[in-house]
Amino acid sequence: MTTVQQRSRRALIRAAALAPLAVAPLSACSRRSFHGLDVTGVDWGRDFHLRDPSGRERTLADFRGKVVLLFFGFTQCPDICPTALARAAEVLRLLDDDGSRLQVIFVTIDPERDTPALLRAYTQAFHPSFLGLYGTPQETAAAASEFKVVYMKVPSGGTYTMDHTTLSYVFDLSGRLRLAVEHAASAHEVADDVGTLLQA
Amino acid sequence: MKTRIRSILVGLALAAAPALSALAQTTVQNAWIRGTVPQQTATGMFCRITSTAGGKLVSASSPVAGMVEIHEMKMVDNMMRMRPIAGIDLPAGKAVDLDPSGYHVMLMELKQQLKPGDMVPVTLVVEGKDGKRESLEVKAQVKPLATTGHDAMSHDAMKR
Repeated sequence: MTTVQQRSRRALIRAAALAPLAVAPLSACSRRSFHGLDVTGVDWGRDFHLRDPSGRERTLADFRGKVVLLFFGFTQCPDICPTALARAAEVLRLLDDDGSRLQVIFVTIDPERDTPALLRAYTQAFHPSFLGLYGTPQETAAAASEFKVVYMKVPSGGTYTMDHTTLSYVFDLSGRLRLAVEHAASAHEVADDVGTLLQA
Repeated sequence: MKTRIRSILVGLALAAAPALSALAQTTVQNAWIRGTVPQQTATGMFCRITSTAGGKLVSASSPVAGMVEIHEMKMVDNMMRMRPIAGIDLPAGKAVDLDPSGYHVMLMELKQQLKPGDMVPVTLVVEGKDGKRESLEVKAQVKPLATTGHDAMSHDAMKR
């Protein structure tokens, strides 16, 4: 069991690691405080160009007017990906009526195995509104790179597993990247942050 | 909830008096498997294992999976890494948790969808300190894909 102190220290180290990337511009907007790491104003995480399970091209612009929670993972992941999506479903539940203004998106970093049909079935198992997105290996690499998501195939027996970044990203109603959320964040913390962004 | 366990000793019969025999008595509790959608080919099994005399979980198998491995998931600096490992140490008398924050039994090449409520047979092989292997046949309950780790485990298993 990690102590509060250890967690705070680790959070600081992680924040420090991401600090060069987080440029918070001085603006007229009031600075709100978030549980997640505030990455407002960074020059990355601007958009994605991927397909939904019906083959339609999707970009962030499609979700203007909603807060977007974006996670990169793969379906052969027994721990992190299901718990991240289960947390997202819990966030939706905590938001109550406001939940209809949250769009959860799961991007597969394993398009070879995560076919559109599998993606759709997988995301819907968590909540019918969740959207799975995929791309060609190049499109996947481009999307991951834009979001500084590291992922790699690791051979395992006759098959492979994937190492990957476990951060979730949260966008505001205008489609701007605002937060990087760690896996350890609770559903309450995430719901709090989404609630704050919904009031913008 | 406890799963039913049948412990079968594999190897030489112990000739020593029962009081002196170091029977590796291993108990498995709360064995559960994360459910899958039809097209999914892999998932994880979790449980709590306690070995009275101490040992190591060295392998597992199941009729529902073409390949089964023991895996450790580690998260370091927001990166997840999952690797097959040779075994999980079971210190004598200490409950060891396989849960969504670390160890799990990885069921791969699934032959069927695993639906919530299904009871899936899994054989766990524990090697005792004396090198003798014990097979435990466990029935793991399939829980919904969207189960959070703390739905299924006791509170000490929660890592926060």
